[in-house]
Amino acid sequence: MATITLDKLTKRFGRTEVIHGIDLAIADGEFVVFVGPSGCGKSTTLRMIAGLEEVSGGQIRIGDRVVNELDPKSRNIAMVFQNYAIYPHMTVRQNIGIGLYTSKLDKDEKARRVEEAAKLLGLEPFLERRPAALSGGQRQRVAMGRAMVRDPVAFLFDEPLSNLDAQLRAQMRIEIKALHQRLGSTIAYVTHDQVEAMTMADRIVVMRDGHILQQGRPMDIYSNPVDVFTARFIGTPSMNILAGGIEGDAPVARKGGPILLGVRPQDLLIGSAAGQVADTSGLTLWGPVTAVEPTGPETLVHFDVDGETVIGTAPGDEIPEVGARIEARAPAGAIHRFDASTKKALEPS
Amino acid sequence: MTATADLRERRMRDIRPGRIIRWTILFIGGVLMVTPLLYMFSTSLKTPGQIYDLRLIPAAPTLANYVEVLSEGEFPRWFLNSSIVAIVVTVSNLFFDSLVGYTLAKFRFRGRRLIFIAILSTLMIPTEMLVIPWYLMSAQFGWLDSYWGIMFPGMTTAFGTFLMKQFFETVPDDFLEAARIDGMNEFTIWWKIAMPLVTPALSALAIFTFLGNWTAFFWPLIVTTSKELYTLPIGLTSFAVEQAIRWEMIMTGAALATIPTLLVFLALQRYIVRGVMLAGLKG
Repeated sequence: MATITLDKLTKRFGRTEVIHGIDLAIADGEFVVFVGPSGCGKSTTLRMIAGLEEVSGGQIRIGDRVVNELDPKSRNIAMVFQNYAIYPHMTVRQNIGIGLYTSKLDKDEKARRVEEAAKLLGLEPFLERRPAALSGGQRQRVAMGRAMVRDPVAFLFDEPLSNLDAQLRAQMRIEIKALHQRLGSTIAYVTHDQVEAMTMADRIVVMRDGHILQQGRPMDIYSNPVDVFTARFIGTPSMNILAGGIEGDAPVARKGGPILLGVRPQDLLIGSAAGQVADTSGLTLWGPVTAVEPTGPETLVHFDVDGETVIGTAPGDEIPEVGARIEARAPAGAIHRFDASTKKALEPS
Repeated sequence: MTATADLRERRMRDIRPGRIIRWTILFIGGVLMVTPLLYMFSTSLKTPGQIYDLRLIPAAPTLANYVEVLSEGEFPRWFLNSSIVAIVVTVSNLFFDSLVGYTLAKFRFRGRRLIFIAILSTLMIPTEMLVIPWYLMSAQFGWLDSYWGIMFPGMTTAFGTFLMKQFFETVPDDFLEAARIDGMNEFTIWWKIAMPLVTPALSALAIFTFLGNWTAFFWPLIVTTSKELYTLPIGLTSFAVEQAIRWEMIMTGAALATIPTLLVFLALQRYIVRGVMLAGLKG
């Protein structure tokens, strides 16, 4: 296992700079998830670590070694791709075995490792099958098997679950996390799905436009986003952002106000739940209901506040009528404040 | 009962005027295609006296022509020559066209487009125009009247390169990148990963190249002078010039000459349609 260090890492395509000198240190055995919207540079960063893209500036170190100029094969890393990249003309056994292509192990040892990886991933019954006869989840496991047999210093995952349906994605998330806990390997994982990031990462790196906006433990980022973008990107549904100000002690939503107020839908309570918020310095909003989404344990209520749609949460058995005027309350501790011009988080006053 | 009635009804519905016309046209086309072949086999089983008797089934079929063609004269030698030329040129095309096509499809380098356009533009030059420079070149290098002289113009082709490039472009880069990370060198990636993924294109190219060279006439006729280097199509014409036109011998030789093409076709036919469609030669 090894650490991965990015030092002022830059990438240019022609004259366009897409990664602007990012710094990051991934600890030995750490599971780091790069998350951000399409085009934010997360996959390019991962591909530079893998050696599939040239580095335009700065340094990548794996362990103590600078790997900028090394071939992918000399970096001893393994990568799992979005579309699995398992070879359709080879059986599962051959696909996993190809991970040991350059290995100097003897034949028996290679076979043993393939069997071991297959066993760990539940692929034993399929070893002689071709990928065409496997489900999406099984194919992804084969790709992971190929990565595992090498015993690499780090695993790189490039949106590995994007092609799977929601149920399988949830299952594979748990499997990958369990695998990490079992192998204790260093993992760099790229996704645009913030749920994946939240559920799997030891540390999340939020990227946008080739910059790292914020990095930290998932709950730290969720609780203390540094700016409006991160606040809205992490968490589902997205955080409500409203212009407002502070009157007395309490935050008040007001069009054209000097600050932005952020409140997560889970913290903005409606109906009987709102009554539990006794905090007078909290935020109170009123407006007509525009849509409701009953999810079972709770009801997501969309309502209109001065032309902005805001989402709040009502108990599951309380489903307000569309058009009804409601009151929603959030406690003071749940309100995030951002500068209206820079969109950066303000220190809690 | 109901199921049978349903089936009958569906069959009746299938018999529509449009369908009948289509099948009729296809049937006529099929007859037109197959008749010459049948006459070829039929004539090969006739004696010289019977060949103007146009009955499809000979009155007294005989294999004497086959015995004569195979035992006397140089037919077996011509067959061997054609086999050598067609097989070597086909293997060479499969190797070099796919190597060049792969490079053009999967690597980014300066002048890549220019090279591709240059290769494509050679498709526009007719063979008749190329024959003179080929001949002069062969004469200078001493390749006249040799296997190499027959084969060298076709060892790689612009068409094959184009076909393979188009196919390799459909191979996802992830496969190649995964192989790079697994430690393969670029040649191994091409050979072990990319090539098996384009088997349909390779089969189509093999068929086109083999058939083209097996039936090639113009260039082999020009470049060869000694009879022992003749390929089959050239050899067959000698039945016509030396002892008047011996139709039964020509047809026997032609019948034997179709066997390899039939075998190649049968082995690879399922790839032909895909290959033809991809090459944009639909029709």
